[in-house]
Amino acid sequence: MNDSAAPSIDALLEMYRTLWRIRTFESQVQRLAAAGEVPGFPHLSTGQEAVAVGVCAHLAREDVLFTSHRGHGHVLAKGSDVEATFAEVLGRETGVCRGRGGSMHLVDAANGVLGATGVVAGNLALAAGAAWAAQARGAKNISVVFFGDGATGAGAFHETINLAVLWKLPVLFVCENNGYAEFTSREEHSNVKFVSRFAEPYEMPAKTIDGNDVLAVLAAAGEAIRKLRNGEGPYLLECMTYRMAGHYVGDAQQYRSKEELAAMREKDPIERLKKHLVKNGVPESRLDSIGESGKDEVLRAVERARAAQRPNPAGVLDYVYSAELS
Amino acid sequence: MSQSFIEILRRALDEELARDPAVHLLGEDVAAGGAFGVTRGLAQKHGAQRVRNTPISEAAITGLATGAALCGLRPVLEIMFIDFATLSLDTLVNQSAKYRYMSGGQLAVPMVVRTQAGAAGGAAAQHSQSLESWFVHVPGLVVVAPSSPVEAYGLLKSSIRLGDPVLFVEHKRLYTMRETLPENVELPQIGRARVTRPGEHVTLIAYSAMLNSAHEAANQLAEEGISVEVIDLRTLLPLDMATIATSITKTHRAVIAHEAVQTGGLGAEIAARIGSELFDELDAPVTRVGCPFAPIPFAPELEQALLPGTADIVRAVRGLMG
Repeated sequence: MNDSAAPSIDALLEMYRTLWRIRTFESQVQRLAAAGEVPGFPHLSTGQEAVAVGVCAHLAREDVLFTSHRGHGHVLAKGSDVEATFAEVLGRETGVCRGRGGSMHLVDAANGVLGATGVVAGNLALAAGAAWAAQARGAKNISVVFFGDGATGAGAFHETINLAVLWKLPVLFVCENNGYAEFTSREEHSNVKFVSRFAEPYEMPAKTIDGNDVLAVLAAAGEAIRKLRNGEGPYLLECMTYRMAGHYVGDAQQYRSKEELAAMREKDPIERLKKHLVKNGVPESRLDSIGESGKDEVLRAVERARAAQRPNPAGVLDYVYSAELS
Repeated sequence: MSQSFIEILRRALDEELARDPAVHLLGEDVAAGGAFGVTRGLAQKHGAQRVRNTPISEAAITGLATGAALCGLRPVLEIMFIDFATLSLDTLVNQSAKYRYMSGGQLAVPMVVRTQAGAAGGAAAQHSQSLESWFVHVPGLVVVAPSSPVEAYGLLKSSIRLGDPVLFVEHKRLYTMRETLPENVELPQIGRARVTRPGEHVTLIAYSAMLNSAHEAANQLAEEGISVEVIDLRTLLPLDMATIATSITKTHRAVIAHEAVQTGGLGAEIAARIGSELFDELDAPVTRVGCPFAPIPFAPELEQALLPGTADIVRAVRGLMG
């Protein structure tokens, strides 16, 4: 979509559908993880979907995206195939990474998804490097990296934003500030309440917005990306959001109260977009059927992924080196 | 006309920058020539966009190079001392090395990290280490350690053209070594060792600056009637066991010499593999020469006392001849 124009109702309906696709994808991961079908420990983005959808609405296929351990939503919002993504989470040969990467290392290069990293803050400099490659080659694409507020405790965060500003790299830093770094609240991690404040000494433009309001994300990301495409250098967008699921599937979440969880459910990004659309004349029944179609699409893809072929153990040493060294 | 190791490295970089527009140099002070002058004049010749200074941010610049390599550049990153590569480890170990594998072959990281290692001249404990065996433990990385200027020329060019992340370890004691670059150097294949001196009685395996000590030792031992075959590993990962096996099948004895601390060093891996793959060929235990288990000291007398060298190799070989 155009970076600055107000979104059309049709565009918002498509986003409403994608919000449901992500929500359903995550609930299926949760369900199958509980049933022992998902190897490892997947991290869910339930409740944070508006950030992924609002930012990725502005991205073209050739724009590149880096994400973190909590990246399923970003990958789907960027347009990757649901079945191949889910198959990867299940560790299948038909997965985007042929079962070698899994939930925390999703890569779909043809779609510009250059990778999720399981080490907090490890993805930031990679995204800056991708932006440098675009700059060096005179390409117009931009680079976007999603990370949590926990990443700002790492030196790599500060090193990278310094370098990105210095080199005027077209990279959008999107912080999903969900108030928790793993199991510990932001207050216990840092005296700096808002991550956007870290941009000040580096003179990088930054904004803190309501990350559960897809319209706010759309508008702010559009403005930031317009600056990036104009060659004005990097931008830090801090999206205040809330992780409705635990840190990982199985997290007992003893660190937050039932009241806190209930209050945040009121801010559910899907419900909020629904209210907005109803207010703007879209019949609720139409929204329900769009939501259902998004859910159905994912449920069907999940069943196909579950039936897909598992990797052949004979291939376990493939892809370690280039052909020249193999 | 002879050239120093540094001048020959510069020539290789200059030619690769001219050959392939994807090649970019980056690192601390590289536009000004770098701490050792390897990149001197290259920014002026190829432009400030191709040879870029970076802040002192090893974590970020290693990630930057990796991300750029994912997107079609061929970055050559200078990490001033291998001791500082400790700050690059998250990216090198968790990202650069694993990208091809984790992505199921979708992506590659064709990147070279040039770094400088080894002890000389009182550089002391944090600027003298030989940490290469840490990296040899990581599947997906390539580790190259040239032993001479001419070797460095070919190996650096081959490393830049490879599709994998390479740690290219230059020994500071070799920087002043001079050689004349022959015309039309054939570029060596990464992953292949070379026999630098044929011999009959003992196989002596070395790399980097230790190759010079190996040759000095072989000369001394020849006077005693002991014929030593010397192998220069060139590439430490992946290891060329075929060349080692061919030699040991002939000599039936092996010594591995490196400057790195002996405990957990590359010699341990090679010795173990010789022991399990070539046990029936051996007439004597495989012997290692490496640094004693201490940090590199500052005072010249202490530095000299700690570093393994020619005399240690000679002693080790004699010990095998019974």
